[in-house]
Amino acid sequence: MADTKSRNRQRLDLLGLLPFLAYVAVFLGVPTVSVVLGAFQDDAGGWTLSNISAAAGDPYLHAFVVSTEISALTAVIGAVVGLAIAFAVSASPPGGVLRQVVSTASGVLAYFAGVPLAFAFIAAIGSQGLVTKWLGALGLDISGFSLFGFAGITLVYLYFQIPLMVLVIFPALEGLRPQWQEAASNLGASRWQYWRLVGGPLLLPPFLGALMLLFANAFAAYATAAALTNGIIPLVPIQIAAVMSGNVAVGQENLGNALGLGMILIVGIALAGYALMQRRTSRWLR
Amino acid sequence: MTATIDPSTEAKPGSPVRLAGLRRGYGQVTALDGLDLDIAPGELVSLLGPSGCGKTTALRIVAGLEHSDSGAVFVDGKDITKVPANKRDMAMVFQSYSLFPNLTAGENVAFGLRLRGVSPAERRKRAGELLELVGLTQHYDRYATQMSGGQQQRVALARALAIEPKVLLLDEPLSALDAKVRVQLRDEIRSLQQRLGITTLFVTHDQEEALSMSDRVAVMNAGRLEQCASPDEVYTRPATPFVAAFVGAMNRIGGIASGTEVEVLGQRLAVTQPPEVPAGAKVTALVRPESVLLTPAVAGLVRVARSSFRGPVTRVTVELADGTEVDSDLPSSAAVDLRPGTLADIRFAPEPVMVIQ
Repeated sequence: MADTKSRNRQRLDLLGLLPFLAYVAVFLGVPTVSVVLGAFQDDAGGWTLSNISAAAGDPYLHAFVVSTEISALTAVIGAVVGLAIAFAVSASPPGGVLRQVVSTASGVLAYFAGVPLAFAFIAAIGSQGLVTKWLGALGLDISGFSLFGFAGITLVYLYFQIPLMVLVIFPALEGLRPQWQEAASNLGASRWQYWRLVGGPLLLPPFLGALMLLFANAFAAYATAAALTNGIIPLVPIQIAAVMSGNVAVGQENLGNALGLGMILIVGIALAGYALMQRRTSRWLR
Repeated sequence: MTATIDPSTEAKPGSPVRLAGLRRGYGQVTALDGLDLDIAPGELVSLLGPSGCGKTTALRIVAGLEHSDSGAVFVDGKDITKVPANKRDMAMVFQSYSLFPNLTAGENVAFGLRLRGVSPAERRKRAGELLELVGLTQHYDRYATQMSGGQQQRVALARALAIEPKVLLLDEPLSALDAKVRVQLRDEIRSLQQRLGITTLFVTHDQEEALSMSDRVAVMNAGRLEQCASPDEVYTRPATPFVAAFVGAMNRIGGIASGTEVEVLGQRLAVTQPPEVPAGAKVTALVRPESVLLTPAVAGLVRVARSSFRGPVTRVTVELADGTEVDSDLPSSAAVDLRPGTLADIRFAPEPVMVIQ
């Protein structure tokens, strides 16, 4: 009797998920299925592999390479710098001002992207930017640095990658119990031995997971790069937008779907890796 | 728990430990206020006291996990106050389960041996022996999350014993366990400690644990040592009113001082230490519930307020004429007729009692 009541209650609670599930189905499920099917169809609706083979050749293959390079580079730099910041903050007193400031700032900055971010950087360190002018007045000329190339995009991406890393890795650092270090020390371990044998192995899965999340985050970023480079840098999302909007050639929507499928696969693999690492971490650091 | 153990884990002479004038403050709060304590080789001494009395601080200073503001720690006669924790050759079992979650039970036990350069084969053999010692042979490859709290603490104990420490430090290792496991594990810890002869400092706020496991109990209050004596002496001859009140239950009954005696409810009782008051002064006698004897009587002086059955013993609470409540622990068979509302005579066992003003 009690079991039946409990089951009914659970079913009722699950009803609360319906709006979310509907949202995911409409805005993620349906588009994904549409992209996957479209990638294997020609304009007449017949099945074909030509879109896939076109997407796998130049110039689109080059776009995948550039996107992968930028994503990997910003993920690695963002992960290392973010870890260092989170590590420093975790050493501060719990509930302290530093923690609150860094946590709040990271929460805001991690999602500050797109056109506003591109504009902020152009206004700051563009060729006519405020900081560029100030530094020029101080005799430091950075006008040769281009925001619109590979290095520029990397720099701008780091603006949201680093805070995202801080947000993602901080709980893992907090999960490291001081008793583990004390127990290790008590058994004869130096600080280095603790990190090599206990702390490091415990942090590795969340670090790798965060790295994959950052990679996926950069790979899927569109608006920032589009606003900043106006399509000069051939990133996959920009190529998809170009194909879909008909700027390249009419009737190539399914090529866009094939590019989208490639992107879904890469980001999906990265996020699956992230989820796998999160699962392992939660088992250890709960 | 039965286990055969390697001869190398049999008793070795433990190390003497001495705490000399340890002081530690945190801002305005004094955690330790000149703690002196000598622990004999192979002895198990419990630091017992209420929360915040400084017992854990003392243990952590001995372990090297905290420093003292002044005072010193000696092991084997050597001053180790400035020696870092990882060079002290001590092992600690923590209150919260502190097994390394990325290592199996066997790897946890072998951790200290690995740091000491013991070969993998020897480590595995020793870890297996120690897990057998704590009754967890089958758990060698299990991770912490795959074990119960009691099993984790057993592994933590095996890990601590693996390095054959000079001193074993136990920081309330049983407090997170359920009652049944707690009693079982405390007996196992005591048995192992005696068999291996390791000098042990055990921190607890549970007086039953302290009294049942220790060679001596050091009762602490507000950073000071109130008394350090055998469990029997601490219980029967408390050195201070704090110890009398903290260890075991204690009645406070008004009486009249009379030199080396005190008159309580018309009965003269010897006092452990005569109070510095003139004869005839009002004092308070501290009497254990088991020293209070009640018998039903139609014209009794006290009335039973309530009774609480506790298996072999029943606690009967009576109310005196002035409203004071007095507890009496009686054999349950003798308490059958002492129902609430019953009138009774009250007498005290002829034992010396402590008196305070």
